[in-house]
Amino acid sequence: MKDIKSAILLFIIFTVICGGIYPAIVTGIAYALFPYQAMGSLITDKNGKELGSALIGQSFSDPKYFWPRPSATGDFGYNAMASGGSNAGPTNPDYLKTVGDRVTILRDTGVTGQIPAELVQASASGLDPHISPESAMLQVPRVSRVRGIAEGKIITAVQQATEASQMGFLGAPRVNVLVLNLEVDKL
Amino acid sequence: MNMNEWLQTIVVFVVLLVLVKPLGSFMAKVFQGERTFLSPVLVPCEKMIYRISGVTPKEEMGWKRYAGSMLLLNLMLFIGLFVILMTQHLFPLNPQRIPAVTWQLALNTAVSFTTNTNWQAYAGEQMVSYFTQMVGFAVHNFVSAATGIVVAIAVVRGFVRRKTSMLGNFWVDTTRCTLYILLPISIILSLVLVSQGVIQNFSAYKTVPLVQSTNYDKPKMDDKGIPLKDAKGNPVTENIIVKEVRIPMGPVASQEVIKELGTNGGGFFNANSAHPFENPTPLSNFIEILLILLIPGALTYTFGVMAGNTHQGWMLLGVMLFILIGAFGVLQWAESSGNPLVAKLGVQSINMEGKEVRNGLAGSNLFVVATTGTSCGAVNTMHDSLTPIGGMMPLALILLGEIIFGGVGSGLYTMLDFAIIAVFVSGLMIGRTPEYLGKKIEVKEMWMSILTILIAGVTVLVLSGIAMITPQAVASMSNPGAHGLSEVLYAFSSMANNNGSAFAGLNANVNFFNLCGSLAMTIGRYVPAIAVLAMAGSLAEKKYVPPSLGTLPTDKAPFAIWLTLVILIVGALTFFPALALGPIVEHLTMLGGV
Repeated sequence: MKDIKSAILLFIIFTVICGGIYPAIVTGIAYALFPYQAMGSLITDKNGKELGSALIGQSFSDPKYFWPRPSATGDFGYNAMASGGSNAGPTNPDYLKTVGDRVTILRDTGVTGQIPAELVQASASGLDPHISPESAMLQVPRVSRVRGIAEGKIITAVQQATEASQMGFLGAPRVNVLVLNLEVDKL
Repeated sequence: MNMNEWLQTIVVFVVLLVLVKPLGSFMAKVFQGERTFLSPVLVPCEKMIYRISGVTPKEEMGWKRYAGSMLLLNLMLFIGLFVILMTQHLFPLNPQRIPAVTWQLALNTAVSFTTNTNWQAYAGEQMVSYFTQMVGFAVHNFVSAATGIVVAIAVVRGFVRRKTSMLGNFWVDTTRCTLYILLPISIILSLVLVSQGVIQNFSAYKTVPLVQSTNYDKPKMDDKGIPLKDAKGNPVTENIIVKEVRIPMGPVASQEVIKELGTNGGGFFNANSAHPFENPTPLSNFIEILLILLIPGALTYTFGVMAGNTHQGWMLLGVMLFILIGAFGVLQWAESSGNPLVAKLGVQSINMEGKEVRNGLAGSNLFVVATTGTSCGAVNTMHDSLTPIGGMMPLALILLGEIIFGGVGSGLYTMLDFAIIAVFVSGLMIGRTPEYLGKKIEVKEMWMSILTILIAGVTVLVLSGIAMITPQAVASMSNPGAHGLSEVLYAFSSMANNNGSAFAGLNANVNFFNLCGSLAMTIGRYVPAIAVLAMAGSLAEKKYVPPSLGTLPTDKAPFAIWLTLVILIVGALTFFPALALGPIVEHLTMLGGV
């Protein structure tokens, strides 16, 4: 009987501490120290209008933009309300056909040679903001041709949107596609 | 593996090994009631909590009362979360006005969080309010983790204590575990994660315009929600143009840390730790991998300290590391060899389906083995899309019984059961009475150990078998052929072993999986926990047998090798047939070109 009382009261106390006080403390300090990150790393224009998050990819299919990785989020790609992967198994015939179609689309834009895996395989979150530098470079001729801007300028933009490894060894260099496309629009 | 990947892998394990001793001895102090550097702040809090809840801290409990208290607190947790999920629309902190979930999903989710499984049949951003995430989920993340840890501590006390039936006070152990260990680490590291970009706010979801609008074909429905078809029987669709997207927000960082630290694993978002708001950079990924392995690793040292011989703990940690690194090696090989069926299309031959660029291959694979070796179940990779042999690694790590680090606490006590079995089998071979840590292993201990080890396996195989003849379960598979069997096998392995990760193509939010899964999670959590407490009660009453010439030393390398073999043999004997029908058949199909 005594233990039932303890169980109920401790449950309530833990709920207050772990479910109320703890997140409140973390939120308070996070707002004070890292307000930009805590609010979702939002990119804003000069007037303070929110353009998107630097961490959440967006869908691009227009040839004048760099294309991100394929996304398997619900009804349409990069739907941030339905994060998730394709969960396609490696021998699933539908999956293999889909990858084949993506390869064909890239080949039609003049891409030759081996295609980097991540550019035709869907990410885990469906919101992956990055592609590899190789995948970006392979799209430079197309973007340059469609926009009529010299390749050199586009390559500079790619380099600016490239994030390096952290502490010199964590993660490979990668290109943020949304940041890059916003940059290219300004050229 | 390139240079960066080697470095990252090595640094993860080096940092882990460096942290094992300080954290392990700190935890030993906490559970032995000694003063620590946090005592000046926390002792007053602790006293107040005991006063309010009517706990007498000096009062010791026998195994039955210890187990009973554990079950009572867990029952409260279950009821609390079930009620919150069913009524979340009535509470504040729900800016998206998310409605209540169905009772089947509420049941499954409440069982899942209470049992430290955190199987995700829900999609966080669509089905769960901030209130539920904090008040419902966060509390479970702390208390279910503490439950596992204190049961392990009680079991260790059973080995260490002599001629007593007392194992400690469950309320005190749980309170101290939460206040001294889980909360401080969570507060500090959640702020580190925020610095990397993990969000932490109570804002409503943001709507932002798309730079380039996108479109899709939406099937048209009639009034009853049945898809409309034209004269030829094709579905009628309308083209929807999407010009803006909603970006979910929420108090993520505070959940993220304890989800990993407590080997819980229930994601704030559907994509779990693959979501850029849960795991935004390679550094956050590195920290999250460490968090998953931290407490289960350090508990081996705590065990060593309490048992009076730290070599005993290092020996268990060595066995765990050996199997974990082995599984990582196979997984890394399989994923970097890639999928020949995709390579044939002119694509670079590594498998990036279901992985994130910022994590890379090694960062993804380390996370996969860490989350399935422990019973965490958070994912930064979609396990369903791993290559067949690659996908067999997380499945095998789960099926070994969650002992390769294992869940916080549950990993240690299940590993101790394996050690008892190893001692017993070797005792049979050399014809001596088996002893472990100075206690004679007799009939009762053997019964409890075998029950603990076999119960999850039996549950997995029986329920997977039933699923294969249940139409609803078969219809839930998203991939054809051998891979579909792997999905179902993985689902029940994950639930019965309280892992919580999934081959997520399986549509698990149907009655069959919600209900059978709840059963599997409950059996997989409480049968072993009660069995080991009963064993601890029996061990504590025994007298100490000093080691003699004939005693098998259990803190030396030969025993570590023997223990590894016992684990692998028991695992292989139980599950090889099922694995042969799933991943192995699929691997051969893949090599054969479908």
